Amino acid sequence: MAVEYEKYLRMDKFPHYWCPGCGNGVVLKAFIQAVDELGWSNNDIGMVTGIGCSSRASGYVDFNTMHTIHGRALAVATGIKMSNPDKHVVVIAGDGDASAIGGNHLIHACRRNIDITLIIINNWIYGMTGGQYSPTTPTGSIAATMPYGNADPDFDLVNLTIGAGATFVARSSVAEPVMLKNYIKKALAHKGFSVIDAFSNCHIQWGRKNRFGDPVKLVKHIKSVTVSSAKAKRMNPDELKGLFVTGILYENNEKKEYTESYFDMVKRAQAKGGK
Amino acid sequence: MKRTVVANGNEMVVEGAIDAGCRFFAGYPITPSSEIAEGMAKRLPKIGGVFLQMEDEIASVACAIGGSLGGKKSMTASSGPGISLKQEGIGLACMAEIPLVIINVMRGGPSTGLPTRIAQADVMQARWGTHGDHPVVAICPATVKECYTETIRAFNIAEELRTPVYVLTDAFLAHLSEKVELPDGKELKIVNRKRPSVKPEDYYPYDTGFGDVPPIADYFSGYRFHVTGLNHDKTGFPDINPVLQESEEERLINKVLRRQEKIATYENYKIEDADIVIVAYGSNALGAKEAVDSARKAGIKAGLFRPITIWPFPSIALQQVAASAKHIIVTEVNLGQMVYEIERIILGGRAVTEIKNGNLIFDTRHPRSSADLTTVLQANGTPIRPNQILSRIKEVA
Repeated sequence: MAVEYEKYLRMDKFPHYWCPGCGNGVVLKAFIQAVDELGWSNNDIGMVTGIGCSSRASGYVDFNTMHTIHGRALAVATGIKMSNPDKHVVVIAGDGDASAIGGNHLIHACRRNIDITLIIINNWIYGMTGGQYSPTTPTGSIAATMPYGNADPDFDLVNLTIGAGATFVARSSVAEPVMLKNYIKKALAHKGFSVIDAFSNCHIQWGRKNRFGDPVKLVKHIKSVTVSSAKAKRMNPDELKGLFVTGILYENNEKKEYTESYFDMVKRAQAKGGK
Repeated sequence: MKRTVVANGNEMVVEGAIDAGCRFFAGYPITPSSEIAEGMAKRLPKIGGVFLQMEDEIASVACAIGGSLGGKKSMTASSGPGISLKQEGIGLACMAEIPLVIINVMRGGPSTGLPTRIAQADVMQARWGTHGDHPVVAICPATVKECYTETIRAFNIAEELRTPVYVLTDAFLAHLSEKVELPDGKELKIVNRKRPSVKPEDYYPYDTGFGDVPPIADYFSGYRFHVTGLNHDKTGFPDINPVLQESEEERLINKVLRRQEKIATYENYKIEDADIVIVAYGSNALGAKEAVDSARKAGIKAGLFRPITIWPFPSIALQQVAASAKHIIVTEVNLGQMVYEIERIILGGRAVTEIKNGNLIFDTRHPRSSADLTTVLQANGTPIRPNQILSRIKEVA
């Protein structure tokens, strides 16, 4: 059955302010499809975003939504989740928002394994501010603040979040929206901190500076630098050089989820006497 | 039932917060405020509340904001460097109108400064620390007991006005132990935020049709709404209409200014016939009081004006006192901060009552004071001694 998108969107807030052809809409659509398949009620979903193009997503969805300050969405989301542990909390963030200014909150949300889903719309650039390089801008590519080619090593957010303790980590891209939806659905259903590293196209701010000003061309480029985990298993390290593996890359259902740990501690505290 | 306890300022902040209904705390270790976090860590789980030690100060204020939106009375506590880090988050709470209490146990600065020593050098930071025009309420308890009562009042104001409220204590008061008689819980006046009663489809989080402090719904209570740190319209969605934004920015400021008579509390001590008026706040007022008593014994007509709320400042009350004074002595544990505000209020004779269409509206009923103004200031990490204030009183008498 077709998804009734209007049920999840604040239709009076459209048209959205993203550029024509932007990948943000593809990720948001995949997210809504996932929510619809899970049958979650709008009332039970909280969406928190930070600052940047992708962070405007919270304004368009008819949930309990907050557009916060740069980098702090996960910290605010932690407060919302801890005060309502039985509700669903989702964060959508850009690559700069999540991994640069918000990097500390990201690693500690992973470490706690709090039941929040983080969808990183990773377009390799600070789009809203005009195309400055982010931690995920490919080394060597051009950015407004790297006019001679990016000298910085780029960040692999999958390795980062697995290393920091997230218990569900998947990578996908706007080039494969159905897989993206499937992974988001699994991430939402996962009990624990889940991360989706969603490669997306910013043909305006990254693309134009790097000969990918056409959105279709850029999506094809994204496709060319990603490889499914099934295929990657049959490739040697040399062949995998410069490629990003997609798929469900880590899943751990053993590590205890944080709200459970916390409220178990509350029970222990209450079992003890005294004030 | 009344209780008598021996406790220090930090412990009384914890008691006050719990009794005010605080059920969410997020903080980060820092001297000299850490005992507040430790106290909340001990107390909150017992009553099913949430205590979180976050990864940093910024996360702490952000998390407390999330807790408040989730429907819990929320607090964070820190000291100088940590409060500096929290400023952006405090601005978000001002702009998005989210109730929050921030405890700042003031210590010497700038930078790492004098972590274990007293200062009152964050009073202007409390007023202007976050960027942009914004409302602020800041309370300065002077005694261990006031750490309890004023923390409760801070929660009440935060809930009533949907705005962050500071409680500014200091390193001295934080670790000063006194015998304190706490009131019966049933006697406490506790204010809870106004929540909407309209149907969800008729609810807007910034709908001034419900007054200048619109009701705020808890997340997940069926009232789905949007919150942003951007300037916004009544639905909470970003808006840049200059006409709407002027009235909204002014509403934020006015919601505090129009209630200042109620909020801006103060104490007059031996002031009726005083020629010499000391102005002191926070724990520094304890020494000032002693100096006034000593001066009185020496036959000098000295008195103390003590603002309990420093933002908004009890301007008119000070003007009334200053009108008949010959000398005003401002004392504070910094190198001159509140003295500039006091100078403006008493020598300028102006008290701001509200802002309207870009005009500050002044109450000019009270004459300008012709008193001369001197200061007793100190920022070396030690409290100002009563004798230092008494010497100045004797100099000007």
